[in-house]
Formats: sequence, C-alpha cells, structure tokens
Amino acid sequence: MTVKTMAEFMAEGKQPEILFWVGSAGSYDDRAKKITRAFVKLLNSANIEFAVLGAEESCTGDAAKRAGNEFLFQMQAVTNIEILNAYEIKKIVTACPHSFNTLKNEYPSLGGNYEVLHHTQYLQQLIKEGRLKVTNNSFKGKRITFHDPCYLGRANEVYEAPRELLKELGVNLVEMKRHRRTALCCGAGGAQMFKESEKGDKDVNVLRTEDALQTNPDVIATGCPYCNTMMTDGVKFKEKEADIKVLDIAELLANNQEL
Amino acid sequence: MNYLPNILFAIALVIGIGYFVKNVRKLIRNIKLGKDVDVSNNKSQRLKNMINIALGQSKMVRRPVAGFLHVIVYVGFIIINIEVLEIIIDGLFGTHRIFSGIGNLYGVLIGSFEILAVLVLISVIVFWIRRNVIKLKRFWNSEMTSWPKNDANYILYFEMVLMSLFLIMNATDVSFQAMGSGNIISQHIAPLFSKIPEHTLHLIERSAWWLHILGILVFLNYLYFSKHLHILLAFPNTYYASVKPKGQLDNLESVTKEVMLMMDPNADPFAAPEEAETNEDPEKFGASDVTDLNWVQLLSAYTCTECGRCTSSCPANLTGKKLSPRKIMMDTRDRLEEVGKNIDANKGEFKDDGKQLLGDYITKEELWACTTCNACVEECPVSISPLSIIMDMRRYLVMEESAAPMELNNMMTNIENNGAPWPYNQMDRLNWKDE
Repeated sequence: MTVKTMAEFMAEGKQPEILFWVGSAGSYDDRAKKITRAFVKLLNSANIEFAVLGAEESCTGDAAKRAGNEFLFQMQAVTNIEILNAYEIKKIVTACPHSFNTLKNEYPSLGGNYEVLHHTQYLQQLIKEGRLKVTNNSFKGKRITFHDPCYLGRANEVYEAPRELLKELGVNLVEMKRHRRTALCCGAGGAQMFKESEKGDKDVNVLRTEDALQTNPDVIATGCPYCNTMMTDGVKFKEKEADIKVLDIAELLANNQEL
Repeated sequence: MNYLPNILFAIALVIGIGYFVKNVRKLIRNIKLGKDVDVSNNKSQRLKNMINIALGQSKMVRRPVAGFLHVIVYVGFIIINIEVLEIIIDGLFGTHRIFSGIGNLYGVLIGSFEILAVLVLISVIVFWIRRNVIKLKRFWNSEMTSWPKNDANYILYFEMVLMSLFLIMNATDVSFQAMGSGNIISQHIAPLFSKIPEHTLHLIERSAWWLHILGILVFLNYLYFSKHLHILLAFPNTYYASVKPKGQLDNLESVTKEVMLMMDPNADPFAAPEEAETNEDPEKFGASDVTDLNWVQLLSAYTCTECGRCTSSCPANLTGKKLSPRKIMMDTRDRLEEVGKNIDANKGEFKDDGKQLLGDYITKEELWACTTCNACVEECPVSISPLSIIMDMRRYLVMEESAAPMELNNMMTNIENNGAPWPYNQMDRLNWKDE
C-alpha cells in the first residue's frame, strides 16, 4: 500500500497535510496493524497527502510515564519532539488514544505544540467535508456497541466523533449501561497492558466484556488498539468469538467500503 | 442573676467558636505541609467550577437518588442556619425571637425553615436506611469499618437530633404558636404537648432551644475530626482542583532539567554543579510520604467525605483488587493527621517516627493495580484526584527505589532500547506497510 515517510516528503520538498502517528501498538501488534492498514486505506481512498515517520517514530512514552518512569517518558518525548519539530509538523492524527493524549496534552510543555486529532475525529471531519464518502451500507441495522477508550473519553472528553461515524454507517448503536463518562476501563491503561494484574476475583477485561455482551451485539466497536486486544481476549474468554467481532471504527468504515 | 443565661451563652459561644478556630488553624498548618503548586492560572474557569460543582452540586445529582436527597440536606443546612443568627442574638441579649418584629416575612421564613427541617429529617433517615438497612455496597468496603463507619452514622444522628430539636422548640413555644404564622409544621406537633402545663412546656422549649444551639456548636467542632469537613472544604477544593484535561499528567520539572542537560550536546558532563545547588538536597522524585505531595492533594484528603463513588466505579476495585481510591484519600488524611500530631508533640518540629505513607498506609499492591482510567476523578463530586496521589507514589517507587514489577521493567527497557514497549527492532516500525 502507498505510505510515504516524512523523509520522502522532505526529499521532494513537500509538506503532507497530516502526519499519521502510528504508535507502537499500531506498528508491531498483529491485531493493531490491521487497524493501521484500515486507516491508511481510508486516507488513500480520500486522497489525503499523509506521511508517517516510519523508523524515525519512537514510543510516545505514555506507558513509561504511567508506570512512574518520568525520566524515560521525558527522554522519549524530547527525542520525538526534536524530530517532529525538525519536520515542522503542524497536524498529527493517530489511531491510538494513548498517543493522542500524550502528544496533545503532555508534549506542549516540553516544546512540542501540534494540532492533534484522534482518527475518529479526523475521519468525521473528512466525511463532513465530503472528502470521504460512505456509499455502502453493509453494517446497516447491525447491533453495534461502542466501548469508550478511557484516554479518548474521560481523559479528553471525545465521546461524539466515534458515535457520529457509527451513525454514518447506519448501524443500530446499542449503548452499554456504563458508557461515555461512566464507561468501564478495558483494563489495559496505566501500563497494565504490560504486566500481570494484581490478585482479585476477575480480570477487568472480562467484566467489561460482560458489560458489552449484555447489549447482545453483533460487533463491539472501539477506537483504541489496547482496548481492542482486551475486548478480543474477553470475547474469547467468554467463547463468543464465533458470533461477536471486535472492530475498530476505522475497520468498520474500511470494511463497509470494501477497501 | 438575671444575666446568668446570657453569660453562659456567651461563654459557650466563645468556647465553641474558639476551639473551632484553633482546629482550623491546625488544619491549615497541616495542609501547608504539602509542596507548593501553582494554582494562579485560569481563575475564571476555577470560579466557574466552584460555583457549578460545589455551590451548584452539579456532580452530586449524577446519581439521582443520593443527589436529590443531598441537595435537600444541603439547601436545608444553609437556609436553616439563618435561624442560628436569631438564636445567637437572642442568647446574647436575652431577647426572644428578635426578628419576629419584621412582620409577615418572619412567618414566611420560619415556615420555610420548618418545611426544610422536615425534608432534611426525612432525607437523613433515608440516608441512614441506605447505609444501615439496604447496606449499599460502597458503604461497606473494607476501609469502611470502625471509625469511618461510626463517623458517618454520628453525622446522621446529629442532623436528626438538630432538626427534631428545632421543630420541638417551635412547637412548644406558646407565644410563637399564638402568632399563628410560620408554624406550618410545628402546629401539628404542638397538640402532642397540649396536656402539659405551661410552666413545663416553657421548660421543654428552653431545653430544646439550648440543646439546639449547643448541638450546633458541638457539631461545628466535630467537623475537624470527621469526614464531614467537606461542607466547608468542597469550595476551596473544587476551586483549586486541576483545570487541565483529565488525561494530562504534569511533567516533573526536576526531571525536565536533567533530561534537557542530558540531551544538550554542549553540556559539559564533568561540570561541577552550580554553587547555589550544592547546599540543597537533591530533589526527591515522586512521593513516599504526605509531605512529598502538594498542598492541593492534602486539601483533597481533608475534603473527602468518603462517599465511595470513586471506589464503586474503580475497575480494579470492581474486580476484587485491593485498590480503593477512597482508601488512598483516607490514608493520606490519616497519615497527615499523624504527622500533624507529631509536630504538635515535638514543639513544632517533625521527629522521624519511622513511618511513611508508602508501605505503612498504602501498599505497592494497591498502587500497581491502578489502570489510570480516571473513573475515580470523573466520579468525585468535589473534584478530588486520587489518581494524582497514586501517580506520585508510583514515581517514587520507580525513580527512587527502582521497585517496579519485573514485567514493567522489561517494558521500560524495551522502550529505552527499541523505542517500543515490546522487544522489536525500531527499523521494523514500518513493516506493516507491506504485510
């Protein structure tokens, strides 16, 4: 697929419209890579001039910061900011709410000031501007529940964009009892993704999956690669993977257009 | 001897208010043990938050039943206390219902106080039932035993008694009943006392009056020892709480200094530190005790009224982990009180007691169970952030003690070496393009 790096744009003496921040999960995790590819397909179908940093991108440092390692976080941040500023990046779009939050909120005081959007916000903009079109309706009427990622929802109060996109697809959006600001965490945030959980009587992702299953959905939609992993594991734990898919909003849009 | 009641009243008032002021001073002293933090920005947003959240109770009503009842008690508490002004003037000058001269308005005022008193009484009884009969789960977590549990009930009993005394005082006040205005509730209680001789009735009225005002003074002084401090501290706490997006953690400035130095190609790695810095202790990263936290976090600890909305929405707690955001706040306050008492006992100076917040109150197991999901922060009706304390303590564990769980150390080593939390080569970052 067509993906150009910033270095390539630079060589051509051009500036892309947006920088797509892929993030570590989107770059390496097998499941998340599919989300990355789906989003790129949408960008290409809308003829967006976008760039990625490729090998020049490095972890934002979110997980390190939330694990308590402020040193490592700031080292990562300063390194990334140096590259972003060198390329004179103005607008960043990312499919990972953790990158989104860190780039948007925690980089400015270290010298990194950019307009940062979550991919659902950006896709919504593209549709509004008529640059991205929803022409098929393969998800029309499907029961879909949306799991709010903590770092998109509560952390940054983005609740509408993903839901607006689902509406564009004409799906039957069925909300979980805990949704929007009361949404339950999937269990991955705060560096939990990378460690065993403490002793308890249940895993957080199982509890959250139970929330989702109560809506009797065809698809559990989300907007975060980590939430995606946790919910996918939860659905498997409940042995429902044959009936219920866990998909990113970008995947729903791309699948709908058969991209 | 005619002035004896006036004198006794004045003494009670001076002792009651004096002791309260003394404890408020102690409270402020303890809060100031925290580190300084700049809260001078966004004044209008802060004011708006205080008006909406504390005065307007906007977050309370998100849980409609408790919220509605709380608004009644809150409004009742504020409005009925106008009556206290009259009681104080009457008590000091030996007058009786000094404001009754203002005519019809007096009846309207007392009448609305009486209605509110009944509503407050009913609300408080419902609160008691929710806590003790229905046993809502969040009131029965493991940190809600002994004092916290009793404290909550004592407050309810206090309010029941105060409201009852107010109504009895009015019902047994013969001249007030004779006025026939403003006794909208008490006129229905008065018949209960109809067989009692006037002399005894007067005695009951005086007793209710005295117990009512003494009760208020005792309650005022109970605040400092109780979770009920929120009725005062909710206001400063909602004002000083963070105005940033919830997802934004502060960037430690002490770390920035060192990182910038490390990244500066012109920095001399062998340079001696500047003169001014040599006399200072190197700054501690993160928090292991209450004095490492900032004063807003300490103010929050005193503000917490242990309602447990945070804990009831915490994913870790809901899945049986030890972490309870409410306990983080309660522990912080308990430890701060302990430090304060230590200072009092040692003539104004803290003597090391071999204890600290980390380990003796809050365990690593609790700290590592947090997903930083902000549910607790979102829920808190008075804008407390238990998460900020958890984060500061994690920072201490990692940066001062290198005591992160092994898997997290692996994750951090990976970020350091490969720029990703997993052990993949950074050069492979774009491989997804061709897969």
